[in-house]
Amino acid sequence: MAEATVKKHGPDLSAAVKDALLSGLIALGLFGPLVGLRTEQNIRNELVVQGRWGLLASVIAVIIVGRFLLLTLVWPAMAARKERVTPAEAPSPVRQTLSRWFAPASLIFLFLYPAIVVSLLGFQGSLKWVDNFGIQILIYVMLGWGLNIVVGLAGLLDLGYVAFYAVGAYSYALLSTHFGFSFWILLPMAGIFAALWGIMLGFPVLRLRGDYLAIVTLAFGEIIRLVLINWRDLTNGSSGISSIPKITLFGIKFDASPTGFAKMMDLPVSSAYYKIFLYYLILLLALLTAFVTIRLRKLPVGRAWEALREDEIACRSLGINTTNTKLTAFALGAMFAGFAGSFFAARQGFVSPESFTFMESAIIVAIVVLGGMGSMVGVALAAVAMIGGTELLRELAFLKTIFGDNFNPDQFRMLIFGLAMVGIMIWKPRGFVSSRQPTIFLAEKKAIAGTLVKEGHG
Amino acid sequence: MDVFLQQLINGITLGSIYGLIAIGYTMVFGIIGMVNFAHGDVFMTSAFIALIFLLVLTTVLGISSMILALILVMVIAMVLTSLMSWAIERIAYRPLRGSFRLAPLISAIGMSIVLSNFVQVAQGPRNKPIPPILSGGIEVMNTNNFAVTISYKQILIWVVTAVLLAGFWYLVQKTSLGRAQRACEQDRKMAALLGVNVDRTISLTFVMGAALAAVAGTLFLSYYGVVNFSDGFVPGVKAFTAAVLGGIGSLPGAVIGGLLIGLIETFWSGYFSIDYKDVAAFSILAIVLIFMPQGLLGRPEVEKV
Amino acid sequence: MSETLTLSRGAPLSWETNPVLQVEHVFMRFGGLIAVNDLSFSVGRGDITALIGPNGAGKTTVFNCITGFYKPTQGMLRLQHAAGSTFLLERMPDFRISAKAKVARTFQNIRLFSGMTVLENLLVAQHNTLMVASGMTVLGVLGLPGYRNAEKRAIEKAKYWLEKTGLTLRADDPAGDLPYGAQRRLEIARAMCTEPELLCLDEPAAGLNPRESAELNALLLGIRETEKTSILLIEHDMSVVMEISDHVIVLEYGTKIADGTPTEVRNDPRVIAAYLGVDDEEIDLVEETLDEITEGTAT
Repeated sequence: MAEATVKKHGPDLSAAVKDALLSGLIALGLFGPLVGLRTEQNIRNELVVQGRWGLLASVIAVIIVGRFLLLTLVWPAMAARKERVTPAEAPSPVRQTLSRWFAPASLIFLFLYPAIVVSLLGFQGSLKWVDNFGIQILIYVMLGWGLNIVVGLAGLLDLGYVAFYAVGAYSYALLSTHFGFSFWILLPMAGIFAALWGIMLGFPVLRLRGDYLAIVTLAFGEIIRLVLINWRDLTNGSSGISSIPKITLFGIKFDASPTGFAKMMDLPVSSAYYKIFLYYLILLLALLTAFVTIRLRKLPVGRAWEALREDEIACRSLGINTTNTKLTAFALGAMFAGFAGSFFAARQGFVSPESFTFMESAIIVAIVVLGGMGSMVGVALAAVAMIGGTELLRELAFLKTIFGDNFNPDQFRMLIFGLAMVGIMIWKPRGFVSSRQPTIFLAEKKAIAGTLVKEGHG
Repeated sequence: MDVFLQQLINGITLGSIYGLIAIGYTMVFGIIGMVNFAHGDVFMTSAFIALIFLLVLTTVLGISSMILALILVMVIAMVLTSLMSWAIERIAYRPLRGSFRLAPLISAIGMSIVLSNFVQVAQGPRNKPIPPILSGGIEVMNTNNFAVTISYKQILIWVVTAVLLAGFWYLVQKTSLGRAQRACEQDRKMAALLGVNVDRTISLTFVMGAALAAVAGTLFLSYYGVVNFSDGFVPGVKAFTAAVLGGIGSLPGAVIGGLLIGLIETFWSGYFSIDYKDVAAFSILAIVLIFMPQGLLGRPEVEKV
Repeated sequence: MSETLTLSRGAPLSWETNPVLQVEHVFMRFGGLIAVNDLSFSVGRGDITALIGPNGAGKTTVFNCITGFYKPTQGMLRLQHAAGSTFLLERMPDFRISAKAKVARTFQNIRLFSGMTVLENLLVAQHNTLMVASGMTVLGVLGLPGYRNAEKRAIEKAKYWLEKTGLTLRADDPAGDLPYGAQRRLEIARAMCTEPELLCLDEPAAGLNPRESAELNALLLGIRETEKTSILLIEHDMSVVMEISDHVIVLEYGTKIADGTPTEVRNDPRVIAAYLGVDDEEIDLVEETLDEITEGTAT
């Protein structure tokens, strides 16, 4: 022991072994009952426990080995690297050009994406990639950008954002099934409804600060979901609303009918056209969100949001009506969630309260924080990583050949999602892109280090 | 009157469970100012640990005395849940202490997702029913064919809660650990300068909260006789509501808040609509926070300019 | 008290003939504690008025009452613009006091938007003007020229104050990166961008070195000269107080114990007693400054 402390950098093997074994012991306590013993109902419906000692042993072995490697290889290597890096870390010119061209390049890619997928896999093969990946990720990008206005710019932690998504979705679902209004009329209406709800819910709560605001918004989100479940006359309860009309392109339907898109264009009937159409629609909606946000940041209202995040009292001393400023952020964020919600309802053709649980809100907040609060590129990256990543896990069917047929990778999706949330926070507590771009400059535009940017108090 | 009395009994029982969980929220918030989102799922996991050991003790080891089995299960669940909470604090929260304010919150939400999905993967998504234990009770009153009863399980819950809270109160008020905890609550830096081991104190806070949550988990399991991996969220939020209602940071407040939430919920279900009982709980949370953010027993926050 | 002073002096005093702010019988209670007790004073238009007193005398509380962060338990705060309109500050919410009554303030522990650039800080201060120019955002989103011109004017004003406070070279740096003295100056520049009638400075010289302190004096005198803004400041640094102020008000335990010109206040036995009663450092400070100033006037 004493010798080991003298030479600083060399890993102390005996201590590492001890530490790893201790971790194994703790792991035995943590995983012993839950992994080692599985409760199952037998034929007589009684609960019995079955031992899974092999699995338990491998889990503990992985932890012991992992901890040992962490102590002897990973951490010393990281410490050494930290010492090598000079404190004044200026971004290299290569990196600067990269970050300048990243946004336009990815924009071009996004517009070409369906064409690329179709040319590689054909229309039928493109379905999954356009729908599950493209549309799904873009919905979360849009939600992330919408919430970014509230959390990232104004610094108001909203844990009930999904409520406005639900308002948008149910507005479209109810009004289109009952009154037959088209999507193009209902899209702005859904946004307005959601914004009105945002103002209504926001007004009483926005004077609360810190975690209190987070908890009240969580409560409102849950109340809206519970009302959707229980107000069966209106919402059909937990069974949800089905056969919601699809979106048309200037009256052209995407179906097999003679007036449908496929027949008109003399193309073979396929559902892929509708998906591609939906893909471009959500892409445009997301870009609208981005455009408005970028514009607003350079306007007094956007600067006031950011100032509010930095110091609310100073804002008040400068004559800024903080209640109104917060309300605009809340309402605007809610409006984009409303747009996204009506798109979601039209895309699924079915809505139920199941889609609007607290978990959804948590995922959207996680995307904003993981991306780096206030950064549009960061939020988009986080949405791709988290949603795309978990969607990819569905594709891991080949793992069945290793773990046997009972293995279902889908089950691990949310588990890995949660672990990733914790891991990314520890790795980068301020998210992927932590620096802030100023909205205006006199001589030279310099990015502001994340450590100076505040996270808001409400 | 009879329905009222029965709802009162049920409400106090439910409230005791909420109160036990609420203490974990309130203590952690008091000492590091963080909403430990994973606490509800720690509670749920402890119910699973209790379930597994109850089965092991009764079916595998063949212990026939239910009381003995329950006490053993409770102790085991407390130890293992405390260990789990300690590990969570070490891995997911401690590295983020003093960093960006939202980081620990996101980490806690992540941990909550991890716990519920881990239990789902490890134990399966189905409800886990156990055979009824400690059935029967005492009939308190019988009018117009409506019997007001206190079940043995309810008595068990009341007694266990009361005894534990008394012990816990002693621990926090009279021991050096409690003093260290209150010192850290006031000023962590100063406490550290005066020789309080802040890291250990915070760890112990998590451990104590988890131990009480484990008791709540065991009682929950024995009361309802069934547990599911998704049972952490709603009781967690309600317990948090209780902590807020009582005044976050205040231990007696958490217990009183728990009892109030339990009573409100049972009376609401008894007299109005069972469908909207959760709406009632969440509405109370919102109303309390809007009009009385300091809660019943909390200190009002003065805005410093 | 002030009556006796007026009698002894004979000549009319600016704060009595032409006040910008009149504080009348203000009380502020926090539970059982009386922080401000029946306080009345006036701030003369175009004057630099200093509010001094030992720690805990209630100076910052008075500031918070004037700027609306606290509502006084009792009493009246009347603000009169040069143009003639009057405002009763105790009835207005804080942000309206800045927006309408044109009272700007700085804070004892600097409150800048540290993650925003110096220039952005100064533009946020012009929020209300720009908000109108952007047609409450709607016109701004469309990118109409009206807003762009307004923004140009706002930048010009920001440049003017950057020049005055010597921060032009740091305009594109985050405010949190500035050294302490520059942060204090930026806070004053930001307050001045709201075009205030009355500027309230809470310990502007705290933590400044002698050179910075002298620069601050010049800045404040310049503001009074060119902008005709009345200044009310809380200060512990007696060199600042005695050198630049026209009018000094002394508080102790929430009550006014002296009110007059710097010379009058300096010789007031109650003021000396109040400072002697505090701590050694501060006595030394008062005595040293007194000596310096008397020497200064002698030569």
